[in-house]
Amino acid sequence: MHFAFTDEQAMIAETAKAFFAGQATSERTRAAMAGTGVDEALWQAFTAELGLAGVAVPESEGGGGLGMVELAILAEEAGRHVAALPLLASVGLAIPAILAGGSAEQKARLLPRLAAGGLVASFAEAAPGTTRSDGALTGAALHVPHGARADLFAVVVGDAMFLVERDAPGLALTPLTSMDQTRPYARLDFGAVAAEPLADPIAALAAAQRTGTLVLAADALGGAQACLDRTVAYAQERVQFGRAIGSFQAVKHRLADMMVGVEQARSAVYWAACAIDEGSDEAAFAVHAAKAFACDTYSHCAGEMIQLHGGIGFTWEHDAHLYFKRARSDRTLLGTPDWHRERIARMAGLDEAA
Amino acid sequence: MKLGFSPDEEAFRAEAAAWLTAELGGPFADVRGLTSLTDAPGRRRDWERRLGEAGWSCVGWPKAYGGRDATLAQQVIFAEEYARAGGPPRLNHIGIELAGPTILAFGSDEQKARFLPAIAKGEEIWCQGYSEPGAGSDLANVRTRAWREGVDWVIEGQKVWTSLAQFSDWIFVIARSEEGSRGPKGLSFLLVPVDQPGVTVRPIHQITGEAEFNETFFDGARTEAANILGAPGDGWKVAMGLLGFERGVSTLAQQMGFRNELDAVIAAARANGEAQNPLIRQRIAQAEIGLKLMRYGALRMLTDAEDGRLNPAALTYKIQWATWRRDLGELAMDVLGPAGETAPGGDYAFPALPNLFLYSRADTIYGGTNEIQRNIIAERALGLPREPRGDLK
Repeated sequence: MHFAFTDEQAMIAETAKAFFAGQATSERTRAAMAGTGVDEALWQAFTAELGLAGVAVPESEGGGGLGMVELAILAEEAGRHVAALPLLASVGLAIPAILAGGSAEQKARLLPRLAAGGLVASFAEAAPGTTRSDGALTGAALHVPHGARADLFAVVVGDAMFLVERDAPGLALTPLTSMDQTRPYARLDFGAVAAEPLADPIAALAAAQRTGTLVLAADALGGAQACLDRTVAYAQERVQFGRAIGSFQAVKHRLADMMVGVEQARSAVYWAACAIDEGSDEAAFAVHAAKAFACDTYSHCAGEMIQLHGGIGFTWEHDAHLYFKRARSDRTLLGTPDWHRERIARMAGLDEAA
Repeated sequence: MKLGFSPDEEAFRAEAAAWLTAELGGPFADVRGLTSLTDAPGRRRDWERRLGEAGWSCVGWPKAYGGRDATLAQQVIFAEEYARAGGPPRLNHIGIELAGPTILAFGSDEQKARFLPAIAKGEEIWCQGYSEPGAGSDLANVRTRAWREGVDWVIEGQKVWTSLAQFSDWIFVIARSEEGSRGPKGLSFLLVPVDQPGVTVRPIHQITGEAEFNETFFDGARTEAANILGAPGDGWKVAMGLLGFERGVSTLAQQMGFRNELDAVIAAARANGEAQNPLIRQRIAQAEIGLKLMRYGALRMLTDAEDGRLNPAALTYKIQWATWRRDLGELAMDVLGPAGETAPGGDYAFPALPNLFLYSRADTIYGGTNEIQRNIIAERALGLPREPRGDLK
């Protein structure tokens, strides 16, 4: 038992911290928000130069051969800067789906390109009524994260999962004006689109949900930490009534409560990551706990960031709304905190006979 | 980053579990599962001695002082197994968790040799003389005085909320030893025997109907000159150092007790159908999450401490567990309904869960209120400006 980063993990964290702090600036993120929600230069650097998109892909499949702790580190740092990257869509959802459920041929064909970042994929849950016949999908997927930027989609239809290419005939893609512009949704309409089944859809879905949920929780952790750090800095410099506002208990106690939440979220995220890596019996519980707790914490901290900044926190110019909106997106995707808590309620034995 | 335990550590677990099960299933079956700190004090003292005799009392302490030199992982394991076996709250928890570590950190070799083995062997029970009627959150405002007279320190004053003083052999006291001094200056940290004519312990009945804490009066009480930790007038440093020990491995044992309490809430909810109430399900799930996060938070802090890093996140632990437990008390009552509000025996004494609802109101007060905790977090961890102080009078 040693619940702290190894030297190598600490080094990855340092690298990621410096990378996002240097490159994922507000200015660049805002430029990406006006387009597909991807800072292309940042994605290029993250994938091709640093090789980080495949961090948890085995070396035999062209990846970095590391685990969920390392992936969580990257997602946390991306979240800290609300980085405009398809990290959830491609790295958190599509890659684990293909890795866990793809055939040897599918993995060999797709994973090295996904890990290198040249290929961007997303993950789509088909709307009810979507059907497949003669190898073609008909129907729709309503909210696909970073859908307008993806080249490939892993589409869940009931218990099955299919790969659909962006330029397949019959696929209509509609970018949706989304509240969180760092992770915009798109709508996909399938008009008898060619769809290639994944070999093991059950394993693919489980891996995508688990990894995607962890990535969201880690993003929420980094975001919540940034809300706290930035609001503390503001409370130290902003003076009213002749005092820094951070000297008022009404303000400092709220900041303390934010820290209490953030530190628990940190324990939750790395517990979950580590439990997955170790194949622990607690892994499923831990992932639900991390998502519920970290997303609640992020929502709380982002709301407090606006409130404690006062009027400036409500402006478009200030970054507070980037965090507030990303917190909302993190919370909604892959199950709200209430949904995850209900899963935990079932695991806690509430439905067993008295 | 690693959560699992090694085969050697698992072997240690088996050894600890076997011993605990044999004792708590055999000669000490009567103390197994006790929750209240005031039940069966005589047998609790026997249990302290039995733990000490077998070397299981203070496993993390050096062997030379009656410990076992256990590694952090072993201490974690022992805490888990102790609670799993139904071990009762430790009668000497203040000795083990507060007095002992403080003496280990600030005591002379003679003081360590005099006091530590007696704690580890369960021979001397300790309590804490900090709060006074005029010094609660503002602890540095203590008025109890101490002065040298011949070979002794003489102590005069009053302490309050002294938990378990009625069972204790020793009390550590912060007293003002420099006349005219104010605030944190001029205080001394004294170790004082309880059983003497100058010390009077008067129980205070609390909202549960029990009397776990006391008023303690010092009226010309005496202790030998050697029984001072740190230099005279330098007691505040020792007292503040002690606060750091309140977040040690013992928190893991405490969490296993919380586990038992949450299990009791779940059992009650299953029995009366509240387990199917979606809002109760949400709150139980939130409690499950909070409990796990206490465990993993504690493991993070302990790992950092073992590696020699001071993690400011440790400052968030007190408010976290106290608030969790207070919420659990509320949840328990919402699950139980009116049945929880009636005492089954006729006496004003409630079963474990309703008692938790009442008792947990102390958790967010003692050892630093939630409000003081927030000041500490804001000032020491977040670096916000210090609270302005009124004039000291």
